[in-house]
Amino acid sequence: MLTSELRVDGNAVAGLLQEVFAVEMTVVRSTCGSCGAVEPVGALTVYTRCPGVVVRCLHCEAVLIRIVRSDGRRWLDLSGLRSLELLVL
Amino acid sequence: MAGAAVLGRLTWAAAEVVDLVPETPRARTIVLDVPGWPGHRPGQHVDVRLTAEDGYQAQRSYSIASAPENGRLELTVERIEDGEVSPYLVDELAAGDRFELRGPVGGYFVWDASLGGPLLLVAGGSGIVPLMAMLRHHAAVGSGVPARLLYSSRALEDVMYREELERLPGPVEVALTLTRAQPTGWTGYARRIDGELLREVVWPAAEHPLAFVCGPTAFVETVARELVALGYEPARVKTERFGPSGG
Repeated sequence: MLTSELRVDGNAVAGLLQEVFAVEMTVVRSTCGSCGAVEPVGALTVYTRCPGVVVRCLHCEAVLIRIVRSDGRRWLDLSGLRSLELLVL
Repeated sequence: MAGAAVLGRLTWAAAEVVDLVPETPRARTIVLDVPGWPGHRPGQHVDVRLTAEDGYQAQRSYSIASAPENGRLELTVERIEDGEVSPYLVDELAAGDRFELRGPVGGYFVWDASLGGPLLLVAGGSGIVPLMAMLRHHAAVGSGVPARLLYSSRALEDVMYREELERLPGPVEVALTLTRAQPTGWTGYARRIDGELLREVVWPAAEHPLAFVCGPTAFVETVARELVALGYEPARVKTERFGPSGG
C-alpha cells in the first residue's frame, strides 16, 4: 500500500488528543516549528498506522506531534510545534 | 476560531443497541441509547471500542449520521472486508447488545446552520455519513442556507439514504455520480469526480462557499485540490479522510 493511501488527518486523532487535553483539539490553531504554517489541528496530516501516531505539517511535512500509547500511559512529543493557540471559554 | 469549552476528561460509556436499520448490502445504521449522552454537532464522530474475551481491544472511529435534533444517536457503519470491527458491527450486532463508546469528538469538520454557506458537500462512498448529519440538521432547523451535495458511489445499491436524499427540502440540491455501474435509464453522472465535473456542479468561488469533503484519502485530496484550483479558499474547504480504514 502506498504511503499516501495511509494518510488521514487531524480528525482521526480528535479522541486521542482529547484524552490528554481538556479541550476539543481539532479546532486549535497550530504553528509549524519548521515552516511557520498556521493550520487547525483537524487539517493536519496524520499517520496512525505506525508504532505511534505521527502528525505532520500540511505544507512542509515536518513532524509536529508524536504520540505513543500503551496501557495506562501516553507519551507525547510536541517538539515540532512552535505553538498551539487555544481559545478557552 | 471558535472558542473551545473545557470538556474534561474523555471517558468511555456503555452504549446499548436499540435498533438496526439496513442501508445498503454492505452498510447499516446502528441506533444507540447512551446514558448521559451530552448531544453532538453535525459532522462529529465517536470512538468505538470492542473488547474480546481474552482482553484484546480494537478501537475505531465512526461518524454520527443523525441530526442533533433527532434525539437519538445513530451511526452508519460500512463493512470493510477483512476488517476487525466493521464486520461485527454490520453482520453480528443485535438489538440489546452493548459496546463501549466515547464522544462526541471533533470540531473542525462540523457544520451547523449558524456557519452559513452556501454549503457544498462532497462525499465519496461512506463519506456521506457525517455530511448526512449536516443535511439532517439543515432540514430539522428549516435552514434557508443553499446547499449542494455531490455524492459519488460505485453503484446505485451502494447509495446510502437514497429515498431521504430525494425528499430533502428546497434549498438542498443533490447530484449523484455512479462510477462503476449505472442502472438502465440513469440520468445522473456516471464518472469519477474530477475538476470538470466539479465545475458543472459546485457553487462558483465568487459566492464564498463553505465546503466539506469526506471519503477515502485519494478522493478527498483530489476534490480539495480541484476546489482550490477553482478558486475556493483553502480555509473554507474542510476535509475528513477515511484513509485505508482498518475496518
